[in-house]
Amino acid sequence: MDRVSMGLAAFLAAAAAAATAAYAQQKDKAQEGIEAYREALQDGNPAELFEATGEELWKTPAGPKNASLEGCDLGLGAGVVKGAYAQLPRYFKDTDKVQDLESRLLTCISTLQGKDTKPYIDSAFGTPPKEEMNALAAFLSGQAKGTPIDVTPKHPKEQAMYELGKRMFYFQGGPYDFACATCHGQEGQRIRMQDLPYIPGNTGAAAGWSSWPAYRVSAGQMWSMQWRLNDCFRQQRFPEPVYASDATIALSMYMAATASGATMKTPGIKR
Amino acid sequence: MKRIVLTAAALLLLGGPALAQSAGTWGPGADDAAFAQMLKASFKDRGIAKLDRLSQDETQAFCSDPVASSGPAAAARREEIEKANLATVKWPSDGTWMGDWKEGEKIAQSGRGNTWSDKADQPNGGNCYNCHQISAEEISHGTIGPSLLGYGKTRGTSEDALKATWAKIWNAKSSNACSNMPRAGHMGILNEGQIKHLMALLLDPRSPVNK
Repeated sequence: MDRVSMGLAAFLAAAAAAATAAYAQQKDKAQEGIEAYREALQDGNPAELFEATGEELWKTPAGPKNASLEGCDLGLGAGVVKGAYAQLPRYFKDTDKVQDLESRLLTCISTLQGKDTKPYIDSAFGTPPKEEMNALAAFLSGQAKGTPIDVTPKHPKEQAMYELGKRMFYFQGGPYDFACATCHGQEGQRIRMQDLPYIPGNTGAAAGWSSWPAYRVSAGQMWSMQWRLNDCFRQQRFPEPVYASDATIALSMYMAATASGATMKTPGIKR
Repeated sequence: MKRIVLTAAALLLLGGPALAQSAGTWGPGADDAAFAQMLKASFKDRGIAKLDRLSQDETQAFCSDPVASSGPAAAARREEIEKANLATVKWPSDGTWMGDWKEGEKIAQSGRGNTWSDKADQPNGGNCYNCHQISAEEISHGTIGPSLLGYGKTRGTSEDALKATWAKIWNAKSSNACSNMPRAGHMGILNEGQIKHLMALLLDPRSPVNK
Protein backbone atom coordinates (compact mmCIF):
# COMPACT_ATOMS: atom_id res chain seq x y z
CA MET A 1 0.00 0.00 0.00
CA ASP A 2 2.95 2.28 0.75
CA ARG A 3 4.17 2.05 -2.80
CA VAL A 4 0.71 2.99 -3.93
CA SER A 5 0.56 6.14 -1.82
CA MET A 6 4.07 7.03 -2.98
CA GLY A 7 2.85 6.62 -6.53
CA LEU A 8 -0.05 8.91 -5.75
CA ALA A 9 2.27 11.50 -4.21
CA ALA A 10 4.50 11.30 -7.27
CA PHE A 11 1.50 11.78 -9.48
CA LEU A 12 0.29 14.79 -7.50
CA ALA A 13 3.78 16.28 -7.54
CA ALA A 14 4.01 15.77 -11.28
CA ALA A 15 0.58 17.29 -11.74
CA ALA A 16 1.48 20.26 -9.50
CA ALA A 17 4.74 20.83 -11.35
CA ALA A 18 2.86 20.67 -14.61
CA ALA A 19 0.45 23.37 -13.46
CA THR A 20 3.21 25.99 -13.49
CA ALA A 21 4.37 25.29 -17.02
CA ALA A 22 3.08 26.79 -20.25
CA TYR A 23 -0.11 25.39 -21.67
CA ALA A 24 1.22 22.95 -24.29
CA GLN A 25 4.00 21.75 -22.02
CA GLN A 26 1.59 21.60 -19.16
CA LYS A 27 -0.64 19.23 -21.02
CA ASP A 28 2.22 16.93 -22.04
CA LYS A 29 3.58 16.83 -18.52
CA ALA A 30 0.21 16.04 -16.99
CA GLN A 31 -0.19 13.24 -19.48
CA GLU A 32 3.30 11.98 -18.67
CA GLY A 33 2.60 12.23 -14.96
CA ILE A 34 -0.51 10.15 -15.34
CA GLU A 35 1.33 7.56 -17.41
CA ALA A 36 4.14 7.36 -14.87
CA TYR A 37 1.57 6.96 -12.13
CA ARG A 38 -0.21 4.20 -13.99
CA GLU A 39 3.09 2.40 -14.48
CA ALA A 40 3.99 2.76 -10.81
CA LEU A 41 0.67 1.17 -9.90
CA GLN A 42 1.56 -2.08 -11.68
CA ASP A 43 4.25 -2.65 -9.05
CA GLY A 44 2.49 -4.20 -6.07
CA ASN A 45 -1.23 -4.67 -6.63
CA PRO A 46 -3.31 -4.76 -3.41
CA ALA A 47 -5.68 -7.06 -5.33
CA GLU A 48 -3.43 -9.85 -4.01
CA LEU A 49 -5.04 -9.43 -0.60
CA PHE A 50 -8.46 -9.93 -2.12
CA GLU A 51 -7.24 -12.94 -4.08
CA ALA A 52 -6.09 -14.52 -0.82
CA THR A 53 -9.46 -13.85 0.81
CA GLY A 54 -11.21 -15.23 -2.25
CA GLU A 55 -9.13 -18.40 -2.20
CA GLU A 56 -10.08 -18.97 1.41
CA LEU A 57 -13.78 -18.43 0.63
CA TRP A 58 -13.45 -20.88 -2.26
CA LYS A 59 -11.86 -23.60 -0.12
CA THR A 60 -13.66 -23.21 3.22
CA PRO A 61 -16.82 -25.26 3.83
CA ALA A 62 -19.82 -23.01 4.48
CA GLY A 63 -23.60 -22.80 4.28
CA PRO A 64 -26.34 -25.27 5.29
CA LYS A 65 -24.59 -28.02 3.32
CA ASN A 66 -21.24 -27.18 4.92
CA ALA A 67 -19.51 -27.49 1.57
CA SER A 68 -16.72 -25.56 -0.08
CA LEU A 69 -16.99 -24.16 -3.60
CA GLU A 70 -14.18 -26.37 -4.84
CA GLY A 71 -16.66 -28.60 -6.66
CA CYS A 72 -18.01 -25.66 -8.65
CA ASP A 73 -17.98 -26.12 -12.42
CA LEU A 74 -16.92 -22.86 -14.05
CA GLY A 75 -17.13 -24.41 -17.49
CA LEU A 76 -13.99 -26.53 -17.63
CA GLY A 77 -15.27 -29.22 -15.25
CA ALA A 78 -15.96 -29.39 -11.52
CA GLY A 79 -13.18 -27.76 -9.52
CA VAL A 80 -11.11 -26.61 -12.53
CA VAL A 81 -10.18 -22.98 -11.92
CA LYS A 82 -7.06 -22.57 -14.07
CA GLY A 83 -7.99 -20.46 -17.07
CA ALA A 84 -11.73 -20.84 -16.51
CA TYR A 85 -12.39 -17.11 -16.16
CA ALA A 86 -10.89 -16.45 -19.62
CA GLN A 87 -13.61 -18.64 -21.18
CA LEU A 88 -16.60 -16.94 -19.53
CA PRO A 89 -19.41 -16.06 -20.14
CA ARG A 90 -20.58 -19.39 -21.57
CA TYR A 91 -23.64 -21.61 -21.78
CA PHE A 92 -24.18 -24.07 -18.90
CA LYS A 93 -26.33 -27.11 -19.48
CA ASP A 94 -27.40 -27.55 -15.84
CA THR A 95 -28.94 -24.09 -15.61
CA ASP A 96 -29.78 -23.83 -19.33
CA LYS A 97 -28.38 -20.30 -19.17
CA VAL A 98 -25.47 -18.24 -20.35
CA GLN A 99 -23.60 -17.19 -17.21
CA ASP A 100 -20.72 -14.90 -16.39
CA LEU A 101 -18.39 -15.64 -13.50
CA GLU A 102 -20.51 -13.99 -10.86
CA SER A 103 -23.86 -15.46 -11.89
CA ARG A 104 -22.18 -18.87 -12.09
CA LEU A 105 -20.78 -18.40 -8.59
CA LEU A 106 -24.31 -17.65 -7.35
CA THR A 107 -25.42 -20.98 -8.84
CA CYS A 108 -22.66 -22.82 -6.96
CA ILE A 109 -23.30 -20.95 -3.72
CA SER A 110 -26.91 -22.08 -3.99
CA THR A 111 -26.49 -25.67 -5.19
CA LEU A 112 -23.26 -26.70 -3.46
CA GLN A 113 -23.49 -24.71 -0.23
CA GLY A 114 -27.28 -24.50 0.03
CA LYS A 115 -27.22 -20.77 0.75
CA ASP A 116 -29.93 -18.30 -0.17
CA THR A 117 -28.42 -16.10 -2.89
CA LYS A 118 -30.84 -13.19 -2.42
CA PRO A 119 -28.62 -11.39 0.13
CA TYR A 120 -25.71 -11.72 -2.33
CA ILE A 121 -27.80 -10.18 -5.10
CA ASP A 122 -29.46 -7.43 -3.06
CA SER A 123 -26.64 -6.20 -0.80
CA ALA A 124 -24.64 -3.15 -1.84
CA PHE A 125 -21.21 -3.56 -3.43
CA GLY A 126 -18.44 -3.56 -0.85
CA THR A 127 -20.74 -4.68 1.97
CA PRO A 128 -21.39 -8.19 3.30
CA PRO A 129 -22.13 -10.56 1.78
CA LYS A 130 -21.59 -8.98 -1.68
CA GLU A 131 -17.95 -8.28 -0.83
CA GLU A 132 -17.39 -12.04 -0.88
CA MET A 133 -18.22 -11.98 -4.59
CA ASN A 134 -15.48 -9.43 -5.23
CA ALA A 135 -12.94 -11.55 -3.39
CA LEU A 136 -14.00 -14.70 -5.22
CA ALA A 137 -13.89 -12.85 -8.55
CA ALA A 138 -10.40 -11.53 -7.72
CA PHE A 139 -9.15 -15.04 -6.89
CA LEU A 140 -10.69 -16.77 -9.89
CA SER A 141 -9.67 -14.04 -12.33
CA GLY A 142 -6.11 -14.39 -11.03
CA GLN A 143 -6.24 -18.08 -11.91
CA ALA A 144 -6.75 -17.06 -15.55
CA LYS A 145 -4.03 -14.42 -15.63
CA GLY A 146 -1.81 -14.87 -18.68
CA THR A 147 -4.22 -17.16 -20.51
CA PRO A 148 -5.89 -16.08 -23.76
CA ILE A 149 -9.49 -14.91 -23.70
CA ASP A 150 -11.38 -17.65 -25.51
CA VAL A 151 -15.04 -16.71 -25.90
CA THR A 152 -16.71 -17.55 -29.21
CA PRO A 153 -20.51 -17.73 -29.14
CA LYS A 154 -21.49 -21.15 -30.54
CA HIS A 155 -24.57 -22.35 -28.65
CA PRO A 156 -27.74 -20.55 -29.86
CA LYS A 157 -28.19 -19.06 -26.39
CA GLU A 158 -24.60 -17.76 -26.47
CA GLN A 159 -25.23 -16.22 -29.88
CA ALA A 160 -28.46 -14.63 -28.68
CA MET A 161 -26.68 -13.28 -25.58
CA TYR A 162 -24.00 -11.75 -27.78
CA GLU A 163 -26.59 -10.06 -30.01
CA LEU A 164 -28.55 -8.83 -26.98
CA GLY A 165 -25.33 -7.42 -25.54
CA LYS A 166 -24.51 -5.63 -28.76
CA ARG A 167 -28.01 -4.15 -28.84
CA MET A 168 -27.70 -3.15 -25.17
CA PHE A 169 -24.42 -1.42 -25.96
CA TYR A 170 -26.20 0.93 -28.38
CA PHE A 171 -29.42 1.35 -26.36
CA GLN A 172 -30.00 5.00 -25.42
CA GLY A 173 -32.12 6.08 -22.54
CA GLY A 174 -32.45 8.32 -19.52
CA PRO A 175 -32.35 12.10 -19.22
CA TYR A 176 -28.94 12.34 -21.00
CA ASP A 177 -29.75 10.02 -23.95
CA PHE A 178 -26.65 8.03 -23.06
CA ALA A 179 -25.80 4.57 -24.34
CA CYS A 180 -22.57 2.67 -23.63
CA ALA A 181 -21.73 3.68 -27.21
CA THR A 182 -21.88 7.40 -26.37
CA CYS A 183 -18.50 7.12 -24.66
CA HIS A 184 -17.19 3.78 -25.91
CA GLY A 185 -18.38 3.85 -29.53
CA GLN A 186 -15.67 6.02 -31.11
CA GLU A 187 -11.94 5.43 -31.20
CA GLY A 188 -9.39 7.53 -29.36
CA GLN A 189 -11.69 9.64 -27.19
CA ARG A 190 -11.42 10.82 -23.60
CA ILE A 191 -13.71 11.89 -20.76
CA ARG A 192 -11.68 14.60 -19.04
CA MET A 193 -8.19 12.97 -19.00
CA GLN A 194 -9.53 9.41 -18.92
CA ASP A 195 -8.93 7.40 -22.09
CA LEU A 196 -12.02 5.52 -23.22
CA PRO A 197 -11.67 2.05 -24.69
CA TYR A 198 -13.46 1.58 -28.02
CA ILE A 199 -15.47 -1.51 -27.12
CA PRO A 200 -16.63 -2.59 -30.62
CA GLY A 201 -12.98 -3.23 -31.57
CA ASN A 202 -10.74 -6.07 -30.37
CA THR A 203 -8.08 -3.80 -28.83
CA GLY A 204 -10.56 -1.66 -26.90
CA ALA A 205 -12.72 -4.57 -25.80
CA ALA A 206 -9.57 -6.34 -24.61
CA ALA A 207 -8.37 -3.25 -22.73
CA GLY A 208 -11.61 -3.36 -20.77
CA TRP A 209 -12.38 -7.04 -20.50
CA SER A 210 -8.85 -8.27 -19.72
CA SER A 211 -8.29 -5.80 -16.86
CA TRP A 212 -11.38 -6.32 -14.65
CA PRO A 213 -11.77 -7.31 -11.83
CA ALA A 214 -9.41 -4.58 -10.70
CA TYR A 215 -8.23 -2.83 -7.57
CA ARG A 216 -9.21 0.84 -7.65
CA VAL A 217 -6.59 2.90 -5.86
CA SER A 218 -8.64 6.10 -5.57
CA ALA A 219 -11.49 4.22 -3.91
CA GLY A 220 -9.36 1.62 -2.09
CA GLN A 221 -11.76 -1.03 -3.37
CA MET A 222 -11.67 -4.24 -5.31
CA TRP A 223 -14.18 -4.07 -8.16
CA SER A 224 -15.56 -7.08 -10.00
CA MET A 225 -16.81 -6.70 -13.59
CA GLN A 226 -20.38 -6.61 -12.25
CA TRP A 227 -19.42 -3.66 -10.04
CA ARG A 228 -17.69 -1.96 -12.98
CA LEU A 229 -20.82 -2.31 -15.14
CA ASN A 230 -23.06 -1.16 -12.30
CA ASP A 231 -21.12 2.09 -12.03
CA CYS A 232 -21.16 2.59 -15.81
CA PHE A 233 -24.97 2.47 -15.69
CA ARG A 234 -24.99 4.88 -12.73
CA GLN A 235 -22.99 7.40 -14.77
CA GLN A 236 -25.19 6.69 -17.77
CA ARG A 237 -28.08 7.94 -15.55
CA PHE A 238 -29.87 4.61 -15.98
CA PRO A 239 -31.84 2.83 -13.26
CA GLU A 240 -29.75 0.24 -11.43
CA PRO A 241 -28.95 -3.06 -13.13
CA VAL A 242 -29.89 -6.06 -11.02
CA TYR A 243 -26.74 -7.92 -9.92
CA ALA A 244 -25.86 -10.69 -12.39
CA SER A 245 -28.93 -9.88 -14.53
CA ASP A 246 -29.12 -10.79 -18.20
CA ALA A 247 -28.41 -7.25 -19.42
CA THR A 248 -25.05 -7.34 -17.57
CA ILE A 249 -24.26 -10.85 -18.80
CA ALA A 250 -25.21 -9.88 -22.36
CA LEU A 251 -22.88 -6.88 -22.29
CA SER A 252 -20.15 -9.08 -20.83
CA MET A 253 -20.66 -11.62 -23.61
CA TYR A 254 -20.43 -8.86 -26.22
CA MET A 255 -17.21 -7.52 -24.68
CA ALA A 256 -15.58 -10.90 -24.00
CA ALA A 257 -16.31 -12.22 -27.50
CA THR A 258 -15.01 -9.01 -29.06
CA ALA A 259 -11.88 -9.25 -26.87
CA SER A 260 -11.30 -12.92 -27.67
CA GLY A 261 -7.68 -13.79 -28.40
CA ALA A 262 -6.19 -11.15 -26.11
CA THR A 263 -4.40 -12.13 -22.91
CA MET A 264 -6.12 -11.94 -19.53
CA LYS A 265 -4.31 -9.56 -17.16
CA THR A 266 -6.54 -9.96 -14.15
CA PRO A 267 -6.81 -8.86 -11.46
CA GLY A 268 -5.96 -5.40 -12.76
CA ILE A 269 -5.19 -2.14 -11.02
CA LYS A 270 -6.72 1.25 -11.80
CA ARG A 271 -6.32 4.80 -10.62
CA MET B 1 -42.06 15.51 -27.53
CA LYS B 2 -44.26 12.45 -27.44
CA ARG B 3 -42.74 9.68 -25.39
CA ILE B 4 -43.09 6.28 -26.92
CA VAL B 5 -42.66 3.00 -25.18
CA LEU B 6 -40.61 0.28 -26.85
CA THR B 7 -42.86 -1.21 -29.48
CA ALA B 8 -42.13 -4.65 -28.17
CA ALA B 9 -42.96 -3.71 -24.61
CA ALA B 10 -46.31 -2.43 -25.79
CA LEU B 11 -46.88 -5.62 -27.73
CA LEU B 12 -46.07 -7.69 -24.68
CA LEU B 13 -48.57 -5.73 -22.61
CA LEU B 14 -51.26 -6.08 -25.23
CA GLY B 15 -50.43 -9.71 -25.78
CA GLY B 16 -50.85 -9.09 -29.48
CA PRO B 17 -49.13 -10.93 -32.29
CA ALA B 18 -45.65 -9.77 -33.18
CA LEU B 19 -45.60 -7.39 -36.11
CA ALA B 20 -43.60 -8.37 -39.14
CA GLN B 21 -40.13 -7.04 -38.42
CA SER B 22 -37.30 -6.84 -40.85
CA ALA B 23 -34.23 -8.69 -39.61
CA GLY B 24 -32.66 -5.27 -39.06
CA THR B 25 -29.40 -4.66 -37.31
CA TRP B 26 -29.75 -7.23 -34.57
CA GLY B 27 -29.07 -10.91 -35.02
CA PRO B 28 -31.15 -13.92 -33.96
CA GLY B 29 -32.29 -13.85 -30.36
CA ALA B 30 -32.16 -10.07 -30.03
CA ASP B 31 -35.50 -9.13 -31.57
CA ASP B 32 -37.65 -6.42 -29.99
CA ALA B 33 -39.60 -8.81 -27.75
CA ALA B 34 -36.50 -10.59 -26.40
CA PHE B 35 -34.72 -7.30 -25.83
CA ALA B 36 -37.70 -5.70 -24.05
CA GLN B 37 -38.01 -8.75 -21.84
CA MET B 38 -34.31 -8.59 -20.93
CA LEU B 39 -34.56 -4.91 -20.03
CA LYS B 40 -37.63 -5.50 -17.88
CA ALA B 41 -35.93 -8.26 -15.90
CA SER B 42 -32.55 -6.55 -15.58
CA PHE B 43 -33.14 -3.14 -14.04
CA LYS B 44 -34.77 -1.71 -10.91
CA ASP B 45 -35.64 1.70 -9.50
CA ARG B 46 -32.95 3.27 -7.37
CA GLY B 47 -33.20 6.74 -5.85
CA ILE B 48 -34.23 9.25 -8.47
CA ALA B 49 -33.31 6.86 -11.32
CA LYS B 50 -36.58 5.08 -12.02
CA LEU B 51 -37.42 2.43 -14.61
CA ASP B 52 -39.27 4.96 -16.76
CA ARG B 53 -35.82 6.14 -17.89
CA LEU B 54 -35.73 3.04 -20.10
CA SER B 55 -38.85 4.16 -22.02
CA GLN B 56 -37.35 5.76 -25.07
CA ASP B 57 -38.65 8.77 -26.93
CA GLU B 58 -38.53 8.61 -30.73
CA THR B 59 -35.10 10.24 -30.92
CA GLN B 60 -33.55 7.73 -28.52
CA ALA B 61 -35.24 4.80 -30.27
CA PHE B 62 -34.01 5.94 -33.68
CA CYS B 63 -30.46 6.63 -32.51
CA SER B 64 -30.16 3.28 -30.69
CA ASP B 65 -29.69 1.54 -34.02
CA PRO B 66 -26.35 2.66 -35.47
CA VAL B 67 -27.02 1.06 -38.85
CA ALA B 68 -30.60 2.23 -39.42
CA SER B 69 -29.87 5.77 -38.19
CA SER B 70 -26.84 6.42 -40.40
CA GLY B 71 -26.21 6.64 -44.11
CA PRO B 72 -28.12 8.32 -46.95
CA ALA B 73 -31.22 6.12 -46.52
CA ALA B 74 -31.81 7.61 -43.07
CA ALA B 75 -31.28 11.24 -44.08
CA ALA B 76 -34.97 12.14 -44.35
CA ARG B 77 -35.79 10.59 -40.99
CA ARG B 78 -32.85 12.36 -39.37
CA GLU B 79 -34.14 15.64 -40.70
CA GLU B 80 -37.61 14.95 -39.28
CA ILE B 81 -36.10 14.19 -35.90
CA GLU B 82 -34.06 17.38 -35.98
CA LYS B 83 -37.17 19.41 -36.81
CA ALA B 84 -39.15 17.81 -34.00
CA ASN B 85 -36.34 18.55 -31.55
CA LEU B 86 -35.98 22.12 -32.78
CA ALA B 87 -39.69 22.63 -32.11
CA THR B 88 -39.08 21.86 -28.40
CA VAL B 89 -36.61 24.72 -27.91
CA LYS B 90 -37.85 27.36 -25.47
CA TRP B 91 -36.26 30.70 -26.25
CA PRO B 92 -35.20 33.13 -23.50
CA SER B 93 -38.33 34.34 -21.71
CA ASP B 94 -37.07 37.91 -21.21
CA GLY B 95 -35.15 38.53 -24.43
CA THR B 96 -31.71 38.39 -22.80
CA TRP B 97 -29.34 35.70 -24.00
CA MET B 98 -26.39 35.91 -21.68
CA GLY B 99 -25.76 35.62 -17.96
CA ASP B 100 -22.43 35.58 -16.11
CA TRP B 101 -19.54 33.64 -17.70
CA LYS B 102 -18.06 32.96 -14.22
CA GLU B 103 -21.21 31.09 -13.24
CA GLY B 104 -21.09 29.41 -16.64
CA GLU B 105 -17.58 28.13 -15.92
CA LYS B 106 -18.79 26.52 -12.67
CA ILE B 107 -21.68 24.84 -14.48
CA ALA B 108 -19.35 23.64 -17.26
CA GLN B 109 -17.00 22.15 -14.65
CA SER B 110 -19.67 20.27 -12.72
CA GLY B 111 -20.65 16.80 -13.80
CA ARG B 112 -23.03 16.13 -10.97
CA GLY B 113 -26.70 15.36 -11.15
CA ASN B 114 -29.31 12.83 -12.23
CA THR B 115 -27.52 9.62 -11.15
CA TRP B 116 -29.17 7.33 -8.62
CA SER B 117 -26.74 8.64 -6.00
CA ASP B 118 -27.78 12.28 -6.59
CA LYS B 119 -30.64 14.11 -4.92
CA ALA B 120 -33.35 15.72 -7.03
CA ASP B 121 -33.16 19.07 -5.21
CA GLN B 122 -29.50 19.79 -5.99
CA PRO B 123 -28.69 21.81 -9.12
CA ASN B 124 -27.27 19.73 -11.95
CA GLY B 125 -23.95 20.43 -13.61
CA GLY B 126 -23.54 20.80 -17.36
CA ASN B 127 -20.90 18.06 -17.79
CA CYS B 128 -19.35 20.28 -20.49
CA TYR B 129 -15.64 19.71 -19.75
CA ASN B 130 -16.20 15.97 -19.73
CA CYS B 131 -16.35 16.14 -23.53
CA HIS B 132 -15.19 19.59 -24.67
CA GLN B 133 -12.13 21.77 -24.43
CA ILE B 134 -13.55 25.15 -23.39
CA SER B 135 -11.04 27.50 -21.74
CA ALA B 136 -7.28 27.15 -22.21
CA GLU B 137 -6.70 27.10 -18.43
CA GLU B 138 -8.56 23.83 -17.92
CA ILE B 139 -6.34 21.09 -19.34
CA SER B 140 -8.48 18.27 -17.96
CA HIS B 141 -11.06 18.16 -20.71
CA GLY B 142 -12.55 15.39 -22.80
CA THR B 143 -12.50 15.00 -26.56
CA ILE B 144 -15.87 13.44 -27.47
CA GLY B 145 -17.17 16.88 -28.48
CA PRO B 146 -15.31 19.52 -30.53
CA SER B 147 -13.06 22.13 -28.90
CA LEU B 148 -14.96 25.29 -27.99
CA LEU B 149 -11.84 27.38 -27.45
CA GLY B 150 -12.39 30.78 -29.08
CA TYR B 151 -16.06 29.93 -29.73
CA GLY B 152 -17.38 33.50 -29.44
CA LYS B 153 -14.36 35.06 -31.13
CA THR B 154 -15.00 33.07 -34.32
CA ARG B 155 -18.79 33.30 -34.32
CA GLY B 156 -19.54 36.74 -32.88
CA THR B 157 -22.83 37.62 -31.19
CA SER B 158 -25.18 38.13 -34.11
CA GLU B 159 -28.81 37.07 -33.65
CA ASP B 160 -28.08 33.96 -35.73
CA ALA B 161 -25.08 32.97 -33.62
CA LEU B 162 -27.04 33.49 -30.40
CA LYS B 163 -29.97 31.45 -31.63
CA ALA B 164 -27.84 28.61 -32.96
CA THR B 165 -25.88 28.37 -29.71
CA TRP B 166 -29.01 28.52 -27.56
CA ALA B 167 -30.72 25.82 -29.67
CA LYS B 168 -27.63 23.59 -29.47
CA ILE B 169 -27.51 23.77 -25.67
CA TRP B 170 -31.27 23.55 -25.16
CA ASN B 171 -31.67 20.61 -27.50
CA ALA B 172 -28.52 19.30 -29.20
CA LYS B 173 -30.58 16.99 -31.40
CA SER B 174 -32.17 20.02 -33.09
CA SER B 175 -29.23 20.25 -35.48
CA ASN B 176 -27.77 16.72 -35.33
CA ALA B 177 -30.33 13.95 -34.79
CA CYS B 178 -27.98 11.53 -33.06
CA SER B 179 -25.49 13.91 -31.48
CA ASN B 180 -23.75 12.45 -28.42
CA MET B 181 -24.60 15.65 -26.54
CA PRO B 182 -27.45 15.60 -24.01
CA ARG B 183 -30.48 17.86 -24.53
CA ALA B 184 -29.85 20.09 -21.53
CA GLY B 185 -32.94 22.29 -21.65
CA HIS B 186 -35.37 19.84 -23.21
CA MET B 187 -34.65 17.08 -20.69
CA GLY B 188 -34.67 19.46 -17.72
CA ILE B 189 -30.98 18.99 -16.93
CA LEU B 190 -30.28 22.74 -16.88
CA ASN B 191 -32.71 25.63 -16.40
CA GLU B 192 -32.96 28.80 -18.44
CA GLY B 193 -30.74 30.78 -16.06
CA GLN B 194 -27.99 28.15 -16.15
CA ILE B 195 -28.10 28.05 -19.94
CA LYS B 196 -27.68 31.84 -20.04
CA HIS B 197 -24.54 31.47 -17.94
CA LEU B 198 -23.19 28.88 -20.39
CA MET B 199 -24.05 31.22 -23.27
CA ALA B 200 -21.92 33.89 -21.59
CA LEU B 201 -19.05 31.44 -21.08
CA LEU B 202 -19.06 30.72 -24.82
CA LEU B 203 -19.92 34.14 -26.27
CA ASP B 204 -19.02 36.94 -23.84
CA PRO B 205 -15.84 38.66 -25.11
CA ARG B 206 -14.64 38.82 -21.47
CA SER B 207 -14.89 35.05 -21.04
CA PRO B 208 -11.56 33.16 -20.97
CA VAL B 209 -12.93 31.12 -23.87
CA ASN B 210 -12.49 34.18 -26.10
CA LYS B 211 -9.19 35.50 -24.78
